[in-house]
Amino acid sequence: MKLSFNNIDFISLLPLALLSGCNDNDPSPMIVDEVVVPEPVIYSYEMTVSNLTYGQPLSPIAVILHDEGSFWQTGESASLALETLAESGDNSSFLTEELVLSAQSGTGVIMPGMSETIEVSLTDNQPDLISIATMLVNTNDAFSGINAMDLTNLGVGESISLTTRSYDAGTEKNSELVSTIPGPASSGAGEGFNEMRDDLNMVGMHAGVVSVDYGLSTSVLTQSHKFDNPTLHITINRIN
Amino acid sequence: MKINTLMAGLTFAATALSSQAQQLDITVTNLTQGIYYTPILIGAHNAETSLFSTGEMASESLQMMAEGGDISGLSMMLSSANADMVENPAEGLLAPTMATTTTLDTTDGNMYLSLVAMMLPTNDGFVGLDSWMIPTEAGTYTMTLNAYDAGTEANDEIVNGGGAPGVAGIPAAPGGDAGTGAMGVTMNEENGYIHIHRGSLGDDDVAGGKSDLDNTVHRWLNPVARITVVVN
Repeated sequence: MKLSFNNIDFISLLPLALLSGCNDNDPSPMIVDEVVVPEPVIYSYEMTVSNLTYGQPLSPIAVILHDEGSFWQTGESASLALETLAESGDNSSFLTEELVLSAQSGTGVIMPGMSETIEVSLTDNQPDLISIATMLVNTNDAFSGINAMDLTNLGVGESISLTTRSYDAGTEKNSELVSTIPGPASSGAGEGFNEMRDDLNMVGMHAGVVSVDYGLSTSVLTQSHKFDNPTLHITINRIN
Repeated sequence: MKINTLMAGLTFAATALSSQAQQLDITVTNLTQGIYYTPILIGAHNAETSLFSTGEMASESLQMMAEGGDISGLSMMLSSANADMVENPAEGLLAPTMATTTTLDTTDGNMYLSLVAMMLPTNDGFVGLDSWMIPTEAGTYTMTLNAYDAGTEANDEIVNGGGAPGVAGIPAAPGGDAGTGAMGVTMNEENGYIHIHRGSLGDDDVAGGKSDLDNTVHRWLNPVARITVVVN
């Protein structure tokens, strides 16, 4: 939340300053002489994620560098970690999936119209792929992001911008009931993660929310929670 | 996607209008969570042929496909234009989130790829690809596809078995999750041209209301399908 101002230049200085002052990864200086220890090579990427929706706050952004695999696929069941992220916004298990080489979480919720800049780095291995995921929190199990996008052609100082669409994890029925929506629409009354899978149990594109104003009388959502694609604008800048 | 489109454009510029026989591996994925595709028709054809064009009236054959899932008229049209085609690669319905893969060998001059399939349950909605120029450069090209409305039938959203051209109603809801007894969303189709489908309304009343469609299941946002074409 604190980083959701639009002063991107100011924000981007912070991770750089932290990086240059952080030598925790350096090998111990007690190594016997004559052994040449190569300088670690650090690959750093800076992501700016903007929330394009009218009324869907985004759960803390999960950013992952990896070399293989993908984190979801249309027509396949969501992983438990993705289900957790998409139903509750909790990205902790998503960020520690086996494929992860380096991961970073955003600092908090990104409100509509706001953006956050997040840096992620990997030492001594140029990552091949990047994945990003976040929940649209005034939904049952909608999420948006990037799935295993190729980074290998992105040079230092180059950036790429794109927009993303919304997916349905398929793990929770889109009931829109007050008891099932974890975001502010339910004023905290709604449940997040529930291990029961009472929907298609396949990932697909999200159909959007219906809302009480568009004829779902039991919905806690209103017209203000409707969204269309795209939902995120993302710029990825390779800084090192 | 942008890169692929750009590559396609560059390829086109570099090779001008040369045409050659090609072998394509084509995968079509249903990206929706609640819509089935009736038998898919994929064709590679010349510049003078098309399955549909937005802003134009649907042909009788397109109407047969969009209202009832019957691709026989369109495939006959493709045959008479010496097109190369694949009929019904999924061997029936392509369920939500599922994919089907097929191979298409094109002959000289058939440089454009098109695809159609009816979306169920809708009145006359279909997923479509209209005359995509097949790149001459080998590679993998991915596009997403939108939902269109044939403009031939009012979107009453009543599931009554009506699938013949000109007959009101939706033929079926293959998921078995539609309601009954709806009064109908509208009796009119004011836009008689092929257009981007405005989406279904649906309602939350399984035994009445305006629509037999379930508003938490049978709606969608674009895109509704992904097509990946491997040019060998």
